[in-house]
Amino acid sequence: MTDHDTIPVLAHGLVKRFGDFVAVDRINLEARTGEVVGFLGPNGSGKSTTIRMLCGLLRPSAGQALVAGFDVAREPEQVRRRIGYMSQKFSLYNDLRVIENIRFFAGMYDVPASLLNERTQWVLDMAGLAGRESTITGTLPGGWKQRLALGCAVLHRPSILFLDEPTSGVDPISRRRFWELIHAMADEGVTVLVTTHYMDEAEYCNRLVLIFQGRIVAAGSPTELKQQAMTGELLLIECDQLGLALDVLQQVPGARDVALFGNALHVVVPDGQTSIPRLRDALSAHGVAVSRIEPIRASLEDVFVSLTARLSDRRT
Amino acid sequence: MRLHRLIAIIRKETLQIRRDFPSLLITVAMPLLLMLAFGYGVRFDVQHIPVYVYDREGSQQSQDFLKHFQASEYFRLIKAVDNYPALIEALDSGACRLAIVIPIDFSERLSAGGPVAVQALVDATDNNTANISLSYSEAVAQTYNQRLHLDWIQRHGLNTIQSPLSVDTRTWFNENLESSANIVPGVIAIIMAVIGSFLTSLTIAREWERGTMEQLVSTPITPLELMVGKLVPYFVIGLLDTVLCTALAILWFEVPFRGQWTVLLLSCTLFLVVVLSLGYLISVLAKSQLAASQAALIVTFLPAFLLSGFLYPIDQMPAAIQVITHLIPARYFMTILRDVFLKGTSIPFLASDLLALALFAAILTILATRAFHKKLT
Ligand SMILES: Nc1ncnc2c1ncn2[C@@H]1O[C@H](COP(=O)(O)OP(=O)(O)OP(=O)(O)O)[C@@H](O)[C@H]1O
Ligand SMILES: [Mg+2]
Repeated sequence: MTDHDTIPVLAHGLVKRFGDFVAVDRINLEARTGEVVGFLGPNGSGKSTTIRMLCGLLRPSAGQALVAGFDVAREPEQVRRRIGYMSQKFSLYNDLRVIENIRFFAGMYDVPASLLNERTQWVLDMAGLAGRESTITGTLPGGWKQRLALGCAVLHRPSILFLDEPTSGVDPISRRRFWELIHAMADEGVTVLVTTHYMDEAEYCNRLVLIFQGRIVAAGSPTELKQQAMTGELLLIECDQLGLALDVLQQVPGARDVALFGNALHVVVPDGQTSIPRLRDALSAHGVAVSRIEPIRASLEDVFVSLTARLSDRRT
Repeated sequence: MRLHRLIAIIRKETLQIRRDFPSLLITVAMPLLLMLAFGYGVRFDVQHIPVYVYDREGSQQSQDFLKHFQASEYFRLIKAVDNYPALIEALDSGACRLAIVIPIDFSERLSAGGPVAVQALVDATDNNTANISLSYSEAVAQTYNQRLHLDWIQRHGLNTIQSPLSVDTRTWFNENLESSANIVPGVIAIIMAVIGSFLTSLTIAREWERGTMEQLVSTPITPLELMVGKLVPYFVIGLLDTVLCTALAILWFEVPFRGQWTVLLLSCTLFLVVVLSLGYLISVLAKSQLAASQAALIVTFLPAFLLSGFLYPIDQMPAAIQVITHLIPARYFMTILRDVFLKGTSIPFLASDLLALALFAAILTILATRAFHKKLT
């Protein structure tokens, strides 16, 4: 058993190579007791690979990771007993009933018979699945499935939870509900490491780790990240011919991190007062009709665009 | 090994089998189907063999002898001819499979008490039917008169056909000459090979394919628990199917059962462990259900069918292939099954075959346990 001083998740210089390809590149990571750490990054950035290493499912190519105080490469079984893991792809048995899945994973985690009924009920209540016990799992709606998967991952009351995109493909209401569950568990002292590529969900996390092309590009609380990363002012531009506008803005000196957000553009400039007229002129010179241009507060997505763009610049 | 986890796996696997229609079909319908197909198929094959006769004597006694052939359900006397060339032509054209020539001095020699040579010519291109024809006509002749000797002449493939001596040994324990008695016990081995390896070959591959393996390996389950838990349900199914097939063999096909039940049970258990481990091993290595099931059929079903002595007698195979058959577990099981059913051989005489099965079982279980790793690749 681990003592209370142990940092639940601690990774140092973690590397995973698939052949020549480096999927995870020297990652350092730390999660403290009761913290909800968000792991953010675009597709293929190495989130799942990192989580799998932390769960002892993939052997790190280099570096070290301690989970609940145990080395994931050397004592994966000790790690597995203390963690709950929800994989990115739904991986409960679709052909079993809800209750059968719960009983199965209770068996896998060796939940004692005396606690079985209590835990089963707890999971059913938590996941809002009471009354659905005998539904065949495959026929449940997406959000319900995800809650069942979470329930099955916490039957043994692990102190550390790894959730890999637990809300992907789930409707917004179910997503909110899911995050409430995560926070309820964190309040009880469970350490949660969760990946997502919904930037709005990042706001729910105590701490964020931004990963891009296998590397950590920034880390900190949502507020810290926004302050650190955004040197300059963020402008929102609404106009027609978005593609052309994007090209034009990239040529304007001082403007950077131009990005498409829905049907508007975001751009970072050193100073709003002087830049707004210059941008407006440049756009109309190319025949782009601007309907709105104004400073806005940065979202995490802007932070991310900003950071990854700088990283790409440095690399090329 | 934690009992909790073992029971959980067994229960889950059983539920999945029960809810999977193809699996149910294979476990219940396939044994019945194979038993009936082989049991009856074989019988049809050897019934009503078309026969031409050339009765050179044409006496009361020779006609009497031929009536015995007529009365047997194995033969159908199609035509009587009056010269050799007509017989040969009938054999060559396939109009008949067997031709019987009664010598000109048949009744004379018979009443003199001397040996009489009746010629039986067979078309030996179909080795199997030829053998059966010969042994059946010999049996007919024997029932007619113990002192009659049949002088077998083979038209084709002189070297490939068995000598009368080995024809004798084959029918020794099967005095009704019912070929199904020979075949049906062997079908049990085929069925067990399929049940044991085909279904298990899917179990691990299915978890990979459906993505459920990732969750499974993230739990504290051990590879041994996973293997035992997954194989127990199929083991039980295998034993139940054995009982079903044995009952069918004895009650329906009236195959004699002269041996001990314990020997049957012991050998079935060993053979099941062999095929289950093999199926599991394949499943671990293949990672896709399609590849796994094909590999399972190639590695267990086909050898059990072709190289175990089920379809072709081993001693008639080319020498190199005979050597290979020693690597086929079904070969030993086939021997044991036939001996237990037809001869009633007891354990000491089957020791080497049982030992061989046990050895295969031990090696394959060890390989199967070692093969699975709780890692994603
Ligand atoms: N087993 C593997 N073999 C080879 N390459 C792999 C393997 N697993 C992952 N990769 C590669 O490693 C990179 C990181 O993959 P990973 O699944 O960790 O990304 P991710 O951040 O989880 O992305 P997503 O948001 O799509 O889930 C990808 O380019 C992927 O193609
Ligand atoms: Mg992923």
